[in-house]
Amino acid sequence: MIGIIDYGAGNLKSVKNALDFLGAKSKIISTPKEVESVEGIILPGVGSFGFIMENLRSKGLDLAIVGAISKGKPYFGICLGLQILFEKSEESAGVKGLGVFKGEVVKFTKGKVPQVGWNEVNPVQKGLLDNGFAYFVNSYYVVPKKEEIILGRTDNYVNFTSAVEKDNVFAVQFHPEKSGEYGLDILRRWVDVVEKNNSLS
Amino acid sequence: MLSKRIIPCLDVKDGKVVKGKNFLGLEYAGDPVELAKKYYLSGADEIVFLDITASIEKRETMLSVVREVSNTIFIPLTVGGGIRTVEDIRNLLNAGADKVALNTTAVTNPGLIKEASQIFGSQCIVVAIDAKRRGESWEVFIRSGKEGTGKDVLLWAKEVQALGAGEILLTSMDRDGTKRGYDLELTRLLSETLSIPIIASGGAGELTDISEVFVKGKADAAIIASILHYGKYQVSEIKGFMRKNNISVRVGK
Repeated sequence: MIGIIDYGAGNLKSVKNALDFLGAKSKIISTPKEVESVEGIILPGVGSFGFIMENLRSKGLDLAIVGAISKGKPYFGICLGLQILFEKSEESAGVKGLGVFKGEVVKFTKGKVPQVGWNEVNPVQKGLLDNGFAYFVNSYYVVPKKEEIILGRTDNYVNFTSAVEKDNVFAVQFHPEKSGEYGLDILRRWVDVVEKNNSLS
Repeated sequence: MLSKRIIPCLDVKDGKVVKGKNFLGLEYAGDPVELAKKYYLSGADEIVFLDITASIEKRETMLSVVREVSNTIFIPLTVGGGIRTVEDIRNLLNAGADKVALNTTAVTNPGLIKEASQIFGSQCIVVAIDAKRRGESWEVFIRSGKEGTGKDVLLWAKEVQALGAGEILLTSMDRDGTKRGYDLELTRLLSETLSIPIIASGGAGELTDISEVFVKGKADAAIIASILHYGKYQVSEIKGFMRKNNISVRVGK
């Protein structure tokens, strides 16, 4: 069972629809206990960095997520679900992120902001991604301290990190649930990771 | 870099796709779920549904179309037409729409743009503007193009951006359904003035019309309707033509 974390803002239905389409079992979850009970977690993000962190903290979900990650549970972050893995963001000064990765989140300074539309994802190492076009809606992007966690990069006036992967943590800046067959393929591969991980433990 | 988007638009009346000419004379063109799926598989980057069903009691029909479509296609889906309240927007988003397009209500109640973008995020609030040329400028029309507002299109576009609109769907009423090409001047004016994406609509007849609206009109996305619905071109052919002309479009489906 995959848990889609509901922190009180996002439109979670499209992620659920995509998982249903792939035949993967999933449910919407909103408590630390549920985070513990599912086999993999997806955090889709809509809203702002500060808004999400505040909501996660008020429900104790921040600690539950970090705990689940440290125990090896597969995590899939989408959009803000990628950004909050880092320490801080220009979007919400003074708000601490989950700090799973070192680095920060900064704003695009050139071109139309937010970038809305399809952009090319170029994998820089082997992982859950192929080269392809994905649907983005973002004003901010992550700047990881450690190069080795970067899985994919994308150009939008600046060459930015569009995907990261380290051990059981996988996260992308784009919306795989809205990225056509390319996005469905990524979700399918991650669902396989969850199933494999579950059968081993 | 960001690709230019090719967006099929389906005008839906009582659950069926229709396509008008100059905002009048509706003609039947097909089933919305079937057409949306066909365009998705042919490489469409998004789908727009404009609900032109006037009556409120038929609204449920649109919601069920949205539900069915969002279970079968996995690209952004925008729905417009007859949206009046935050509750209408919530219902559409809950049914599976990713964005909503506000047109008449945006003019009669601009506060809704601000309120909705604060609640749901600017990324899902599109303001649709129907523009009619008036000499050197353009006038905003509402109520499916039936009523002039006296508002200047450029000023109105700036205002909706300031209120929190995430994108503008700009329709040239003079070109809509004519297949004479997009209004390039109007499109470029808005695209170069605003910082949010401009989706150009109205007038696509030939492949060169579409490449021109990107190159000369500086549009971020182009709405395609009649030439798709009547099978003159497939989305894949349109994209092939764009690539041949060095316009960056998404490859794949």
